[in-house]
Amino acid sequence: MTYRSLADLGGVPNEQPVVPEPEGNPFHAHWESRVHALTVAMGATGCWNLDMSRAAREVLPDYRSLSYYQIWFEGLQRLLLAHALVTVDELAAGRPLAPARALPRVLAADRVATTLAAGAPTLRAVAGSPRYAVGTQVRLRPEAASHHTRLPGYARGRRGIVERLLGAHVYPDAHSQGLGERPQWLYTVVFSEPELWGERESPQQLSVSIDAWEPYLEPA
Amino acid sequence: MDLRVRSLETILTQKGYVDPAALDLLIDTYQTRVGPRNGARVVARAWVDPPFAEWLRADGTAAIAAMGYQGRQGEHLVAVENSPGRHNLVVCTLCSCYPWPVLGLPPVWYKSAPYRARAVRDPRGVLADFGVQLPPTTEIRVWDSTAEVRYLVIPERPAGTDHFDEADLAKLVTRDSMIGTGLARPPASAA
Repeated sequence: MTYRSLADLGGVPNEQPVVPEPEGNPFHAHWESRVHALTVAMGATGCWNLDMSRAAREVLPDYRSLSYYQIWFEGLQRLLLAHALVTVDELAAGRPLAPARALPRVLAADRVATTLAAGAPTLRAVAGSPRYAVGTQVRLRPEAASHHTRLPGYARGRRGIVERLLGAHVYPDAHSQGLGERPQWLYTVVFSEPELWGERESPQQLSVSIDAWEPYLEPA
Repeated sequence: MDLRVRSLETILTQKGYVDPAALDLLIDTYQTRVGPRNGARVVARAWVDPPFAEWLRADGTAAIAAMGYQGRQGEHLVAVENSPGRHNLVVCTLCSCYPWPVLGLPPVWYKSAPYRARAVRDPRGVLADFGVQLPPTTEIRVWDSTAEVRYLVIPERPAGTDHFDEADLAKLVTRDSMIGTGLARPPASAA
């Protein structure tokens, strides 16, 4: 089975400028704020997790032509349909046609502040100890995943140094597939500029780090 | 989009999946209460309070929570400090990971393809788009937020601010300086 994330953009050729924006209202249209709130509120129902949300967005066929809140909107619709919380007919009609399903929770207004303050920490206590010590050279697994992953393509197969141990965290590759949290050790791995981009005419005095779960790593 | 979003909201509300009052509160939170002024206060505190700065280096999550900023998309916070000769830049090449409790919701460019594509390969070109030029010898470290750890850049304190108090210092701290696409403002612009 092939899985293709269209969201994995690090290092891909792109000559377009980055367009700065003043501080202020983060929303540029009323609907954007509603999409954001709907996504957060539905996320709080417990019907799916954050990794499933990301997976739903990154495989949208028109990911690269949609604006960011359009991506969130399409991703939310996809999840609602997949969980049979709404139907295609309802989306077309713009009103409920089928009975509501029971949800694990509904985010009530008086729970918003505490829910946001609590967040969803991913740090977990696990038995055993991390395989790699700080300062160890490791290689990121070269093969593409056949499911949602947080290993960016530009780092695959590259050698880096373990710089920091971040504890064991919920493993998105499993969590996004509904296989449970399966926490794994998480490391900050730092790459040199030539390791990622080769010897360049004008080096930038650059190093780049990613946060990588232990299954992404192999001894180098 | 307006109509499609309104239709979906109608369906979800009428089915009892979402509480419209909760939606209004969520929007108000990120429109008016949680934004980069939070992070600016953290930075200013780090500039004037060495024990706090030390705590921030050792345990960003706890030090920032002590100022009242915590929770969603800031569950695990790491502060990375600029220094002479070292500049930090934060990106999420895979989506839009961003430290909401201290910076609010990300600007459009942070989520855009050019930023996500170029930040890890050509950060000096990205900085040029923001009008920032660093000395060629300055080491640039790019942090790609691929997990649930969120990074906050602590920019260098501008020169000529020895007499500034914490509140005045915070006014010099821009959102972009806490992402790494900018620097803290020089004091002349504080007025």
